[in-house]
Amino acid sequence: MQACEAAKYNMADYWNIVPGMENALKECFSRAAEAEVTLEFVIPEKDFNNAGKGSSEVKNLLKRLGVDSEVLRRIAVASYEAEINVAAHSIGGKMTSLIYDDMIHIKFEDSGPGIGDIAQAMVPGYSTADDLVREFGFGAGLGLPNIQRNSDALHISSEAGEPTLVEFLIFFA
Amino acid sequence: MIKLTDYMKAIQGENNTPALDLGVIELDGAYVCDMLSDVMGSAKPKQAWITIMKHLNVIAVASMTGIPVIVLSKGNVPDAAVIDKATEEGIALISSPLPSFELAGILYSQLKA
Repeated sequence: MQACEAAKYNMADYWNIVPGMENALKECFSRAAEAEVTLEFVIPEKDFNNAGKGSSEVKNLLKRLGVDSEVLRRIAVASYEAEINVAAHSIGGKMTSLIYDDMIHIKFEDSGPGIGDIAQAMVPGYSTADDLVREFGFGAGLGLPNIQRNSDALHISSEAGEPTLVEFLIFFA
Repeated sequence: MIKLTDYMKAIQGENNTPALDLGVIELDGAYVCDMLSDVMGSAKPKQAWITIMKHLNVIAVASMTGIPVIVLSKGNVPDAAVIDKATEEGIALISSPLPSFELAGILYSQLKA
């Protein structure tokens, strides 16, 4: 997370770490372990029929691995919201899920057009969704707030006219 | 808690997912909303989701949120592809002719009875 490519270009960064999780995060950064499983999914622009497949696969895999159902629900909601965000707001991107023995790190990287004001995008109810997105019942302006509420750590890196990186960590216990 | 099958009788509910065993589903409430993100943010497992939305993403939202049953108000009936997806995900899809207000009211009085 700390070595992400986007951060090197001095883009606007937003961090949210749930109080009490700082030490767990420091520990997981310092051990630099390889992920046990890595899953990658392409997310095409405005493809709402397929957006969600990545989250669904991750959820099914973690369920088989015996992850607690409430933790599973948080991962599924955060990941589905982020997948829909990429489909709804970007010109396409990808989702990479890195599964470790005690946590999951999911990264969403798109090809733009970027978020001009990340703080505003975090405000519940603020949305730039177009009519098509709203017709599907999305665009309530709750996507990023829901991701934040359900994750232990959230990092967003973006600016207008640039790609966006949204990544979060959720511990299994 | 009430049984989904008892609730269905009270709302003239039609089961769109006959392959699923509805007898095992019990409800302790409902969430009434057509905005998918609000449902993901606030609905809870063991709640019925009452909505008019009937496209494919509704099933994904229910699945991610852990909702066992979607009740479509005002006689909305989903497409076969949506029914197939719901069956695959184990989410019951019920259609009722009643509006969302009445669907919520009936469940509320059944739970308080």
